[in-house]
Amino acid sequence: MSASALLDVRGVTKRFGGLLANDDVSFTVSEGEIVSIIGPNGAGKSTLFNCISGFYRPNAGTVRYRGRDITRLAADRICKLGIARTFQIVQVITDMTVLENVMTGAFLRTARNGAARERAEEVLRFAGLHEKLDAAATSLTIEDKKRLEVSMALATKPSLLMLDESMAGLNPVELRQMIALLRRVRESGVTLVIVEHVMEAVMELSDRVIVINSGRKIVEGPPKDVVVNPQVIQAYLGDRYHARG
Amino acid sequence: MRTLTKRQVAVAAAVLVLLALYPLAVRGSFPMHLMIMVFLFAMLGVSWNIMGGYAGMFSFGQAAFFGIGAYTSSFLLTAHQVNPWIGLLAGGVVAAVAAALIGIPCSNLRGHYFAIASIAFAEIVRIHFNNWKLIGAAEGLTIPMQDESLKNFMFHSSKAPYYYIMLGFLLLSLGVCSWVATSRMGFYLRAIKEGHDVAKVLGIDVVRYRMAAIMISAFLTAMAGTFYAQYILYLDPESVLILPISVQIVLVSMLGGAGSVMGPVIGAAILLPISEVTRVKLGFKGSGLDMIIYGTLIMLISVYQPQGVWGYLRTIGAKKK
Repeated sequence: MSASALLDVRGVTKRFGGLLANDDVSFTVSEGEIVSIIGPNGAGKSTLFNCISGFYRPNAGTVRYRGRDITRLAADRICKLGIARTFQIVQVITDMTVLENVMTGAFLRTARNGAARERAEEVLRFAGLHEKLDAAATSLTIEDKKRLEVSMALATKPSLLMLDESMAGLNPVELRQMIALLRRVRESGVTLVIVEHVMEAVMELSDRVIVINSGRKIVEGPPKDVVVNPQVIQAYLGDRYHARG
Repeated sequence: MRTLTKRQVAVAAAVLVLLALYPLAVRGSFPMHLMIMVFLFAMLGVSWNIMGGYAGMFSFGQAAFFGIGAYTSSFLLTAHQVNPWIGLLAGGVVAAVAAALIGIPCSNLRGHYFAIASIAFAEIVRIHFNNWKLIGAAEGLTIPMQDESLKNFMFHSSKAPYYYIMLGFLLLSLGVCSWVATSRMGFYLRAIKEGHDVAKVLGIDVVRYRMAAIMISAFLTAMAGTFYAQYILYLDPESVLILPISVQIVLVSMLGGAGSVMGPVIGAAILLPISEVTRVKLGFKGSGLDMIIYGTLIMLISVYQPQGVWGYLRTIGAKKK
């Protein structure tokens, strides 16, 4: 719990009726890190994302960003402070072109069309979508849509980018490209928190991995330690399987 | 990105010149009346489009703002001798305030739910006005005769001044709409139309932008209402506050193409002549034939050209390139 943490999540609990989706989850993220959150389906990863990004109000616990309590802030305010996110199911503006989509994100930092356009083009070049500027957002492949969504988020000039399963559904070649893109994002000075099932990406990108099961954080550590942790294997494969110690 | 080509500017200039000359070329009052109604509903459609077409707030209650505009200026004129031009601005402000009041509780309603709420709001206004003694209740208000002048917003000898004023109002609303459409606000409204989550995640204050769109739309709609009162010189709840007016406004926009600046103008130019002519030629027979023709046309368009006429023209234009 260092004072320098960019994001400090403490004791976040979220209930839906009788279901405890997040149970006393705590972790921190330092500037420049890539932190992955993994866990079986239904473990509460997306709920945790929603609690951090202002889409849900946690029942208990606090979320601090640069030392400031953002637990009760609205999602758009949190974005303005510098936390951008994507969704598990790709969300783009369907009746806009690629450029217009990214400009919409860029307008957060400028009211001028010219400046927004410049910023959008810069981001699209960075994300490798520059050749499809004028394409309709709906005409893109799933990979390009995911790139577009990341570009929209980057256009808001975030310090912290949270990606919800940005690798899902990609073929091996696309996966390599997405991993390379996220590396470049980190090099540009953006901290990343990713929810991911694709272990290839998790192993390669993460500085740290947080494992969640049934709403609880069960393990946290470097990726190579986490994957051999007996608790993690048990969470994914059930009680009958144990790591050979 | 949306700068007009030379050809588009030339076409627009030519159309404007033709429209300016129209009153000199036609005889009789019906052709003038027809064009004034086209302009009026074009303006109402353009105003609806800001909230309905761009932001996806499908209002079926625009008649409320139209009526509030008409009633505010007419009441101020009949009861307090306030100049109708001042009444026009007052009506816009009252409608915008009403829009804000109704907009707050509706700020999270989307799609059909927003449409239902807007109908309910407009019906509440209509029923209330129907029983409100101060403003004439069901008997309505009659605009007192005054000398013919621009200052009095009243002309007896010709419809031409009304024609030019309405054309000016339409151009003003087009100016506002294209400013909204090309600015940050237009981008934000289109994002909000896509979904509140995708908008919020881009840092958009959804409620604030929705409110702004509703209030701008209400202000312009109320201006058209004041014009209508000064033009017809009589109003009651049945002439300005009823649901068919709200529906007509939506139809004009959808037919022409919602979410484009010029769409509602095209829609009004097609729909109003059809509705006025079928009403005049066939309406008296009492068979409802005018409404049948009208309804059939709307069905054909919604089935075969849901993008609207403007959307159709644009796809043709894109193919030519």
